[in-house]
Amino acid sequence: MTQLFAVEAKGIEKSFGSTKALRGVDLRISAGQCLGLVGRNGAGKSTLVSVLSGLSKPDNGQVFFDGEPAPSLKDVEGWRLRIATVFQHSKVVPQLSVTENVFLGNIITRGKLVDWKVMREKTRTIIDEWNFDISVTARCETLTVEQLQIVEIVRALATGSRCILLDEPTAALERRAVDRLFDRVTQLVASGVSVLYISHHLEEVFEICSEVTILRDGKVVMTTPIEHITKDQMVAAMVGEVTTTGDVASGFSSLLHQPTGSQGVGTTQGLVIENLRVTSIRGDLDGISLVVRPGERVGVTGLLGAGVATLGRAVAGATKFDEGSISVDGVALRSGRRDIALKSGVGYIPENRQVEGFVANLGVGENATMTVTRRLATRWGFVNPQRRNNAALPWAQSLSLVTSGMKQPVGELSGGNQQKVTVVRSLISNPSLIVAVTPTRGVDVASKSLVMSSLIVAARSTGAALLICSDELDDLAECDRVIVLFRGKIFTEFTQSPFDRELIIAATEGISTQEQAAS
Amino acid sequence: MTLKDRSPSRDQEIELLVGADSTKKRVLLNSGAANLIRQVALVPVLVVVLIVGAFASPYFLTVNNIAGIAQQVSALAVTVVGESLILLIGGMDLSLESTYGLAPMVAAWMILPIADYGNGLQLSPFLGILILLLVGAVVGLINGFLIVKGRLNGFIVTLAMTIILAGLQSGIVKGATLFNLPPAFVWLGSANVGVVPVSVIAAAIVFVVVGLYLRYHRTGRAIYAIGGNTDAARAAGIPVDRIKIGVYVAGSMLAALGGLMEAGRVSAVTGTQGYGEGIIFQVFAAAVIGGVSLKGGRGNMVGAASGVILLGLVANILDLANVSNYWILAIDGFVILFVLALARIIGGNEAAE
Repeated sequence: MTQLFAVEAKGIEKSFGSTKALRGVDLRISAGQCLGLVGRNGAGKSTLVSVLSGLSKPDNGQVFFDGEPAPSLKDVEGWRLRIATVFQHSKVVPQLSVTENVFLGNIITRGKLVDWKVMREKTRTIIDEWNFDISVTARCETLTVEQLQIVEIVRALATGSRCILLDEPTAALERRAVDRLFDRVTQLVASGVSVLYISHHLEEVFEICSEVTILRDGKVVMTTPIEHITKDQMVAAMVGEVTTTGDVASGFSSLLHQPTGSQGVGTTQGLVIENLRVTSIRGDLDGISLVVRPGERVGVTGLLGAGVATLGRAVAGATKFDEGSISVDGVALRSGRRDIALKSGVGYIPENRQVEGFVANLGVGENATMTVTRRLATRWGFVNPQRRNNAALPWAQSLSLVTSGMKQPVGELSGGNQQKVTVVRSLISNPSLIVAVTPTRGVDVASKSLVMSSLIVAARSTGAALLICSDELDDLAECDRVIVLFRGKIFTEFTQSPFDRELIIAATEGISTQEQAAS
Repeated sequence: MTLKDRSPSRDQEIELLVGADSTKKRVLLNSGAANLIRQVALVPVLVVVLIVGAFASPYFLTVNNIAGIAQQVSALAVTVVGESLILLIGGMDLSLESTYGLAPMVAAWMILPIADYGNGLQLSPFLGILILLLVGAVVGLINGFLIVKGRLNGFIVTLAMTIILAGLQSGIVKGATLFNLPPAFVWLGSANVGVVPVSVIAAAIVFVVVGLYLRYHRTGRAIYAIGGNTDAARAAGIPVDRIKIGVYVAGSMLAALGGLMEAGRVSAVTGTQGYGEGIIFQVFAAAVIGGVSLKGGRGNMVGAASGVILLGLVANILDLANVSNYWILAIDGFVILFVLALARIIGGNEAAE
């Protein structure tokens, strides 16, 4: 008697052109189990998710639900009853209400009319049953990211599917919301729902999953109960025998030069922010004053909406500020003028690479050199594509960028490699101040340390100032000091490295610490 | 650098499969070879049309006829270049058709004596041509400013502008058609070098210069970056607003130049030139058939030129085949749809969007 699994994938193979994304993957989730799925960017996780959620058909192999073969791709309804996927990027229609989204494509009618009453009641029942806290009539555009995820989970529960795929659900959540999500997942699992949990945050996998499956290069390297593996072993399995060190290649420093510009003029050096006030949907800033000297590495952190990203964006010229002043090496920046900030030596790594990081249909070389076309162009402004690509190539190599060439459109690269292109785009302009906003979001473990070390090395060898605005505390580990924002104001500052995670987290919540009292 | 890992990113796959967010849609087929195929996608279609034309009429493949077609489409072609530039930054400009009529009308009005419906200033034709370009620049500047700085919807702004400019065109001359244009003013649209019309040479120069500029100039590359992803272009320090406004200005100036060619070709500025003829539909059709995306960031001058040539050839064949005038419009429309579908089939998913 073989055991029936809630979800079982057998020998899944899937290719895109000549690329084999999955090479015979086996995966099983029992009822009432939370299985973790980890792997580097490009290991095949997303392809597996799309196969498991009925969005694409495997070339070979089959998916079974409770021992029965999965329905055909056209049978959207059949899949919906079996499995529900909560994607990293919300698939909720913002203009519609919670109820409408929950029953999207699955409207209950009475006669020919939409039966709002029944749908609202059903939605409310589920929401109450699981102790969620949202109004069934709220328009989804008014909800937070956390609430949107709840809507998607409710949608899954409403169709009665007993298996939920969570694809990087915590990427845009703050810590307390993550805790609440975990409570809910635990509750779901306890009630017999199967969960596949995909994340780059390995500690989360340890916290919530009972078993973990590790993917590498389209194959399952191991599936093991979570208590039989350590984090280091997990990373080793993900990265494989090829030892990818977290350091940038040796040639990297030689690519960097001392920033040219207004150095040695005798005016104020570095970044000087005075009484900065900004109104922004990302969180307002309410009178921030801050100085970052050349060569100094300053981290800024805080809760979502505390103004962390806003600060980085305002300094980079990506957001207008209402009051106050920002100057770099004595030159005042103009509000909301990214082009002028770049000329004043501000390099910028934006928080969301999909939105601001690159132009998907242009090549790696062109994207990487987008900040330095003036330098590469002739007197009349013409740029030789070969010269452009030659300029980008050594940077790509030193960051171990995986690409078929400088002409490959960046949209084709995996997430981590896209982020490296964004990093090159910023560093190649030889900035005297590097502003990085959540530079490692959605990037795998190995690429993460590569991205961070490239920033640190760049800052160290050129004497550039580094401003890292991030809610990932790991990003701030190498900083000289860490500033914690709370509701748009500087709450406290940590100057003693190594920083105490617990104290920083407490400070982001607005809880005073001894260090603050001392300083 | 390793070459093995070419698996697409998560969002890409999912969006590819779901077709979720079309503005972000990226399709895998986008390498250099695919680009080349897309650029020359219309060449086989052009060949087929030439063969069909040769069968339809023995006159079709004569030097005179071909030169005639070329002259007829060159005014349109220059306007298509202008529209393509605006489409590339992710904008759209309906008012190019009115600029195409108004700019030569204003110029002719300044040049001609009162007896010929001029305003009596009787400026020199060269000054008139400068004024023509100036009208284009001013219209483009207003459009660009309202759309970029005022953040108004480009479709509505240029729609309103279309009507305003067409009104000015008939208003200043009370609906008259202006004849008796001086030779210098009509030279560009009517003169020949040997068998080759000057307007064709001018249009070819515009295509080549703009094509090279787009391909190799930093501002040309910035135009692609802005159209491909405005936010990313801005984050990379590209002066997005300035370039966008500049492109609206350039586009309108090219439309004005196209209007000058047309006025020269028919030796008059009619009240219906541009808006009255509804040329904007042909302009859009030529650009999109030629692979310039309405979503911005994709397309090139080779494609735009082949779109124009194709439309010109088909119109000519219909003429020569003595298709009844009453039916020409319907057939024109059908041809646009047909060629668009063809471009999609040959050029892959992203063509003809």
